[in-house]
Amino acid sequence: MSRLIIESGHTERQYWHDLWRYRELFYVLAWRDVSVKYKQTAVGVLWAIIQPLLTTLIFTFIFGRLAQMPSDGVPYPLWVFAATLPWQFFAASLAAASQSLVTNSNLISKVYFPRMIVPASAVVTSMVDFLISFGLFLLMMAWYHYVPTWRLIAVPFLMLLAFLSALGPGLLITALNVKYRDFRYIIPFMIQLGVYISPVGWASTMIHDKFPGWTWLYSLNPMVGVIDGFRWALLDGKGGISLPSFVQSLAVTVFLVLLGVWYFRKTERTFADII
Amino acid sequence: MSDIPISVKNLGKKYLLRHTSGGGHKKYTALRDVLTEAALAPFRGLRRRFGKGAEDSARAGSNSREEFWALKDVSFDIKRGESVGIIGRNGAGKSTLLKLLSRITEPTTGRIELEGKVASLLEVGTGFHPELTGRENIYLNGAILGMKRTEIKAKFDEIVAFAEVEKFLDTPVKHYSSGMYVRLAFAVAAHLEPDVLIVDEVLAVGDSEFQKKCLGKMQSVSEKEGRTVLFVSHNMQAIRQMCRRVIFLKQGKMVYEGDPHAAISAYLGKGVDAESHASIDLIDYPRTRPPEGAFLKRVRFADGRGQPASCVRLSDVLEVEMDFLAKKPLRHFNLSMAVIHGEGLRVFSEAYSDQHDLPDLTLGEYTLRFHVPMRFFKMESYFLSLTLVDNGTCIDSVEGLLMPEIVDENPNLPMESQRWGVLRVPVAWDLIKPVTNQTINEGTHR
Repeated sequence: MSRLIIESGHTERQYWHDLWRYRELFYVLAWRDVSVKYKQTAVGVLWAIIQPLLTTLIFTFIFGRLAQMPSDGVPYPLWVFAATLPWQFFAASLAAASQSLVTNSNLISKVYFPRMIVPASAVVTSMVDFLISFGLFLLMMAWYHYVPTWRLIAVPFLMLLAFLSALGPGLLITALNVKYRDFRYIIPFMIQLGVYISPVGWASTMIHDKFPGWTWLYSLNPMVGVIDGFRWALLDGKGGISLPSFVQSLAVTVFLVLLGVWYFRKTERTFADII
Repeated sequence: MSDIPISVKNLGKKYLLRHTSGGGHKKYTALRDVLTEAALAPFRGLRRRFGKGAEDSARAGSNSREEFWALKDVSFDIKRGESVGIIGRNGAGKSTLLKLLSRITEPTTGRIELEGKVASLLEVGTGFHPELTGRENIYLNGAILGMKRTEIKAKFDEIVAFAEVEKFLDTPVKHYSSGMYVRLAFAVAAHLEPDVLIVDEVLAVGDSEFQKKCLGKMQSVSEKEGRTVLFVSHNMQAIRQMCRRVIFLKQGKMVYEGDPHAAISAYLGKGVDAESHASIDLIDYPRTRPPEGAFLKRVRFADGRGQPASCVRLSDVLEVEMDFLAKKPLRHFNLSMAVIHGEGLRVFSEAYSDQHDLPDLTLGEYTLRFHVPMRFFKMESYFLSLTLVDNGTCIDSVEGLLMPEIVDENPNLPMESQRWGVLRVPVAWDLIKPVTNQTINEGTHR
């Protein structure tokens, strides 16, 4: 039988091993969030359909009709929807992850488990919403007689990327939120701004063409890579993905994940004391 | 496999308390506060230099952090199959100790060695979700307590039977009565199969029948199955019944370890210095405004038999004695007391004038005493406020004096957690049976 030694600063020597051992708790917490979400809201699943549909409708009207933005020959609703899919997944995941520790404070203060399970499992609900929206997207493709190509196989990889893009800042903000409760106000603001600085209603090519000197700044947004990637995968290579910009977004994502994990691990052992 | 699954050496846990002007301390900060604090810091220095900052620096001082050792230098070993009780007043460090042992929080000093699977039950029904059904909550709670899905499945029927909730398995627990809720929650925990079980005061809930069942289950866990149980309770009867060894904590330190009877009598205030809690110095006690002309110096609590008391029993009459100094002659002197429940509700108040005429007092030090029968109190926290009045104006007032802890050994008390309210009034019940024909006949024959 193994002997566990708890000392100041050495509490989580077997952290990653523990994280694996507690995977069942991850499944259960994820299942709880999903099942509670669809039980509580009267519209339930319908909500996951209405949200992207309305966004698509409004963006099509504003950017497609009013502003007459180019869409690379793709029907504008499809063009917007392909970006709304990852964007809404990202926004919902980030919001859920960054609130997760405070929402689950009763667990944190009463039971031991690797705390990272909480923000990670909070993302699963958005994953379910994503799958529902994705089904809707496929229907819309059929409606426009738009046939997906082999590039579709990149979607799972891009999902992982979107997940990591949300997880990095999510871990950082949820940990900060335990100590500084005003971080919760930052998220809605970030999401609100984010939809304008990410290529949801327009194409990255416009930035590359009009402001070539500022592409590096634009690509610091991790969602630029994800959204360009989604358009590329779903809309037959369209949408103006640029490899340097994609790689840069990817690097930012990796950096944010490392930063998030580092800060989370650093502060984790004090969560129960201050939550 | 060694014979000592829990070994604790020089364990200590320090908290930093942030005092705010309200007297309470909050644990988390607003970033806003940190930023304004940082922005104002240079100005504070300036102002102090120019001599205007006396008040400000006092305020800055009261907003400072204070170190607080919730637990200090605690060492003990627990043998396999032993059940050990932990007792102590509120704030003595019991819960902190359990949290350290459960790995919820990290020690500041010292070392804990644990062997085998440890399960801790610091709360009944941790993570229960009101929207989920009983069945779903069994799986949820089980996973939170560290059970595998297959384990829960194997024990599912046993858990349901123990909780006696078969009929309501598919009802969301928000519709459960509090009794059902607690039964279900304990049932899940009772079917954990850890090597070490850590339990905090969970028996304070549920009806007495179910409490007995839980105690029995815990006893069989330790005696028949040879598991180690660590158990915190205010219920001395349960401690006596369960434990062969008791650890008595006081202000974060271990003051006694060993025989349950000795530990319990020490705790109930017969031995070990009870005096320190039984008397509160009011000279430096924080007040909302400074006293004028007279002030309260000290308040003492005694158990009605003349002994200083940090705990009182429900059968005691609490004696409260206070000293105050009149620095000027007082006209129509009065003193009022108020009892406030731990959750902030005002319970009752009385004044000297309710029973006596208002006297005029000359300069000097006085002592005033009153008695409060404890039999209507619950085993919860109460605070005392005292106000000195001179000719209709309040001249000194202290609030938030913690009254002695209320304890009782009577195992047959009604389960308080199920009774709302801030007092417990033992009402007399009489059930009048319907008059049947038979008794009427008997009546006419007679």
